[in-house]
Amino acid sequence: MADIAVIDYGMGNLRSVSKALEHVAPQLDIVVSSDPDVIAKAGRVVFPGVGAMPDCMHELESRGLRQAVIEAAKAKPFLGICLGMQALFESSEEGDSAGLGILPGRVLRFPAEAMVDEKGQKLKVPHIGWNEVHQSADHPMWSGIPEAARFYFVHSYYVEAGDPDLVAGFTLYPFAFTAAVARDNIFAVQFHPEKSQATGLTMLANFVMWDGQARSNICGADVCL
Amino acid sequence: MGLAKRIIPCLDVTAGRVVKGVNFVGLRDAGDPIEIARRYDEQGADELTFLDITASSDERDIILHIIEEVANQVFIPLTVGGGVRSVDDVRRLLNAGADKVGINTAAVTNPQLVADAASRFGSQCIVVAIDAKQVSAEGEPLLWHVFTHGGRKDTGLDAVEWAKKMESLGAGEILLTSMDRDGTKIGFNLDLTRAVSDAVSVPVIASGGVGNLDHLVDGVKKGHADAVLAASIFHYGEFTVRQAKEHMARNLIEVRL
Repeated sequence: MADIAVIDYGMGNLRSVSKALEHVAPQLDIVVSSDPDVIAKAGRVVFPGVGAMPDCMHELESRGLRQAVIEAAKAKPFLGICLGMQALFESSEEGDSAGLGILPGRVLRFPAEAMVDEKGQKLKVPHIGWNEVHQSADHPMWSGIPEAARFYFVHSYYVEAGDPDLVAGFTLYPFAFTAAVARDNIFAVQFHPEKSQATGLTMLANFVMWDGQARSNICGADVCL
Repeated sequence: MGLAKRIIPCLDVTAGRVVKGVNFVGLRDAGDPIEIARRYDEQGADELTFLDITASSDERDIILHIIEEVANQVFIPLTVGGGVRSVDDVRRLLNAGADKVGINTAAVTNPQLVADAASRFGSQCIVVAIDAKQVSAEGEPLLWHVFTHGGRKDTGLDAVEWAKKMESLGAGEILLTSMDRDGTKIGFNLDLTRAVSDAVSVPVIASGGVGNLDHLVDGVKKGHADAVLAASIFHYGEFTVRQAKEHMARNLIEVRL
């Protein structure tokens, strides 16, 4: 039984995710797997992905992994990354495809007419590079990560959450878009922690330690949770 | 505050060593690629680019081992280019740990490769590298052509139009080298950089000719580049990546410090 399963559905570079996890948790058994049984038995699950949404959904179906992702997202500490975050929602403008519908909301393309900064300079799409992530909710996954820390992004589509309470972090490009969402045992990010140097490794180390509870284990004014 | 402009050290690799030439010839050894990659990562490089400049195909596997080793230790985006001719070449590099793959000559000889690779692996990992050189004479309207084969062959293609075509085929980024500047240390070709960057909606990485830190500032401010790439100013210890970023920040360019 693996400590962490990285779901392999044939999309993108999964090696970088597993290498970064091995780097922060060399003592753990980390597997890259497309076997629903391995995913079901793993202690934690990472749902990564780069590429296009229609291909993602097609690959999940054809490999019989759709249900495995849905089940994993119900129970255990679950980290979605990039396309692995977008796929959790109901639908995407990319190829007009349906998502897994685990979380309410939709995935939209950065609108060409809005891509201008305050100085009138054109903003490029894809949004590629290091941008600031603003933490809009307390969460154990943010532990040790400063407000407005920079993470590495590469994407042309973003999540519009159907429930504002889902949003755990946002980024400006040029408007505020969803950079992280959290609900119960699910945490999902638009950026790539595995490619975000020390800050990203801190987040992956937080995931390895996370008990899957949405509350922060920080001592508040009255009581230690 | 928003998206930072990126500084990308470039490592030209042959026979397992980092080298640097002037105008694509006259190579000088700069050290071990893994050691250099780690140093730039520690200095705060935003990404790393590796160009395999090996001539013979039987030495191609060397770059795969280097990328594997770097990807085990360095957790920032890695781009690898040089000699990429097929979707299978792209796959091999991605599997070795590259996040993006640069396609140069093959984009000209077989543009469909860009479309195929983008649709298979996503635009975000396909960087089309364009080597461009000014062909207009003084006083004429500016015109740049795309050159291939390490800058030896004029394709006759207009570099600005070519960049737009590559974007439409699925390139996620353009790596633009002013090849008459490469290794010269006199700065980017700013007219070329601005013309291409303003013509496309994908990010443009400026390359070729950086000799001092003001050149990096100019590339962003005057050339409208989204990222700047440099090799020799970092390889031989003239400047660290951090110094470059601090200089850009002093010039009011947003960087990741």
